[in-house]
Amino acid sequence: MLHYSRTKTILTLLVVALGLLFVVPNLLSPQARARLPSFLQNTIVLGLDLQGGSHILLEVDAQALRNEKLEALRDQVRTALRDARIGYTGLGNAGQGVQVRLRDVADLQAATTKLRELRNPISSSLLGNTGQFDLDVTNTPDGLVTLTPTEAGVDARIRSAVDQSIEIVRRRVDELGTTEPSIQRQGADRILVQVPGLQDPQRLKELIGTTAKLTFRMVDVTMPVQQAEATRPPPESEILVGAENPNEKYLVEKRILVAGEDLVDAQPGFSQQTNEPIVSFRFNSNGARRFATATQQNVGKPFAIVLDNKVISAPRINEPITGGSGQISGSFTVESANNLAILLRAGALPAPLTVVEERTVGPGLGQDSIDAGTKATIYAAIFVVIFMFATYGTFGLIANIALIIHVGLIFGLMSLIGATLTLPGIAGIVLTIGTAVDSNVLIYERIREEFHSGRSMVSAIQAGFERAFATIVDSNSTMAIAAVILFLLGSGPVKGFAVVFVLGILTTVITAVTMTRMMIALWYRWTRAKALPF
Amino acid sequence: MRLLRLWPENSHFPFMKWRRVTFPLSAIMSLVILGLFFLHGLNFGIDFRGGTLLELQAKSGTADAAQVREQSNALGFGEVEVQEFGGQGSLSLRFPIQEGGEAAQSAVVQKARDTFGQAYDFRRVETVGPRVSGELVQAGTLGVVLSLVAVLCYLWFRFERNLATGALIGTLHDVLLTVGFFVVTQLEFNMTSIAAILTIVGYSLNETVVVFDRTRELLRRYKNMPDEELLDLSINTTMSRTAITAMTTFLALLALVLFGGEAIEGFAIVMLVGIVICTYSAIFVSSPSLIYLGLRQSETQRAAAAKTVAAKP
Repeated sequence: MLHYSRTKTILTLLVVALGLLFVVPNLLSPQARARLPSFLQNTIVLGLDLQGGSHILLEVDAQALRNEKLEALRDQVRTALRDARIGYTGLGNAGQGVQVRLRDVADLQAATTKLRELRNPISSSLLGNTGQFDLDVTNTPDGLVTLTPTEAGVDARIRSAVDQSIEIVRRRVDELGTTEPSIQRQGADRILVQVPGLQDPQRLKELIGTTAKLTFRMVDVTMPVQQAEATRPPPESEILVGAENPNEKYLVEKRILVAGEDLVDAQPGFSQQTNEPIVSFRFNSNGARRFATATQQNVGKPFAIVLDNKVISAPRINEPITGGSGQISGSFTVESANNLAILLRAGALPAPLTVVEERTVGPGLGQDSIDAGTKATIYAAIFVVIFMFATYGTFGLIANIALIIHVGLIFGLMSLIGATLTLPGIAGIVLTIGTAVDSNVLIYERIREEFHSGRSMVSAIQAGFERAFATIVDSNSTMAIAAVILFLLGSGPVKGFAVVFVLGILTTVITAVTMTRMMIALWYRWTRAKALPF
Repeated sequence: MRLLRLWPENSHFPFMKWRRVTFPLSAIMSLVILGLFFLHGLNFGIDFRGGTLLELQAKSGTADAAQVREQSNALGFGEVEVQEFGGQGSLSLRFPIQEGGEAAQSAVVQKARDTFGQAYDFRRVETVGPRVSGELVQAGTLGVVLSLVAVLCYLWFRFERNLATGALIGTLHDVLLTVGFFVVTQLEFNMTSIAAILTIVGYSLNETVVVFDRTRELLRRYKNMPDEELLDLSINTTMSRTAITAMTTFLALLALVLFGGEAIEGFAIVMLVGIVICTYSAIFVSSPSLIYLGLRQSETQRAAAAKTVAAKP
């Protein structure tokens, strides 16, 4: 009997209505949407390719982190051995680690024990203490001790560098005042920054691309910089170039008086004397105390303000600075002073970030894509609807209703899960319009065959649904193979295509099978037709 | 009201006879494509090759391609491909990947903005560094390989070995010809092209499975029908559905080609061609291949197995 029970009808309609309900928030203004209940707040997010904006993928410079670690390690080794009064003849990098040759082999055990104290246990948030160390300390009987950072240690370091960087990048991007930037970790060592509506990401890239390590150090006046360059700088000092003019050289002590971490505020402004742009800053109490002591001891000597290993300026200390605040003057423009203030407020990145991918779409192109995509979707629907009606008559109408609800349900589900609609996603919807009716076609053709082989209407319709069902499951699972793999491997726009495709396959079962069956049952109850309408 | 019929009812078209034309045709096309593939290769876009892609729109409405070409080549970033595309005043510029790792790529965009920012709007800027492009090549290759493995597993579960082999031949044929379309037209091959190929894998399999389902059904019903006749019957009885579904998909994709805008045009055209290839191969490649693979192999084996069981007392 071609029967579709009332409960089932109501249930089907309920599911469809609920699905379509989720489309509603997309059609309302934000104000009107705010008045809806909380489960109706989700909308489809437009991808950056439709909305316009910038997608920037950053990578933490792992090599820089490694080098920095080795450099710090050398200092630690030097201090540790000096404290333990153990003599050594050579200390340098060896491959991925640091090697030290002891003067006296008898010290080997003592030195190894001492240097093992430099190891730090690695803890992970999941397992607590992992029992691993960030450093391998090995020795050979001839008095050679090697310290190698372990892979796990390096990984943990990269992980925490990414976490820290995300925070700092967020603070810096927020300063740009753009709407809803999204900053998230991607993979082990990457950060994805997406800023809708941003047309020229140059300033953004400048802001993110600067490490902004600020240090205050003394200028080494024990020898002229030319002499240091010609011979070799004292071991406690290094030669740095000027930020404005790379030909300007400075001999600067490696010891840091105060660093950027101790800043609590930085603001752009103008010098009262020269009216040039400057950046004024304030130290926290710790920084203020250290800066006060240092300036008291060194009145009359120059000190250097160093940003990312370049000297911004090297003023002379005229009097002790005890107030905990000061200003940096260099050859700033208004914009560069402003940028530096932002960078100092946000803090330094633990390691340099490199842009490995950038995709920017202007708002004009985004709107054009939306318009073209909408037009293509509408025309595709019109073509298919006309063709289906011309082929199947009343049954074509039923298929068309199912098709329109199908597309509606895709949008509803996308809103529900807050999926991103991209341009390939729109292409996916258009393609779905073409393929979704396949289930109807399979059923109708089967019904036709069964009817022509001599069955009654009711029996032909029933047999048609039953026999076509296996094929429908087959044909959808074959398409699902492609969709799922794309979803797993794709990123950005291509993933948007996969999402639409997967949702399209899921909803076909509801619309093309269940809804179609319901409508055909209703049609038959009304008409009691003796022949198929096609 | 007279309704549209794409394919007449109760047709008896001798599809299998056509294999004497279509097999050599498909074989020659496949060989030519393989030859061209090794000769010209694919025109990889920046997703896979790295580099910088710019889309400029002249503020005045008319773009001077020759001048832009000259100016961009003078920037010192190597040979720049400048093309007019889409509507009036639109240009696309493709800069090759720069030596010097990730950081070196950024300079291209900056220089280009300085040079062309006065007269042109930058509608699209895409820069892909060497590392990301390397990863995308991996992801793309893995995608195609994985999908073929998944297809293999699916067929293994779903069909007997001969039918599975026939379906696999059809799918490989379609992937090869679609890639061939990229080789011949030198359309840009990007991550979306991979999406197109995977979708075609799905569609190709779908078409074959619908026919093979019928073949299997008929095999059970007509135990003594000759192979060729049975395959012809499978296709004739499913042909109406094949034609209608191909038509609706074709119409939808046609709308995408005509109105979808140039950003998605490449994808749409490939899909459109792919649908035609898939429909052709399901009828003229996968099905006739069963004549050679042995249609009833599994049936006779089963019968033989049944006999041995029966022979045991």
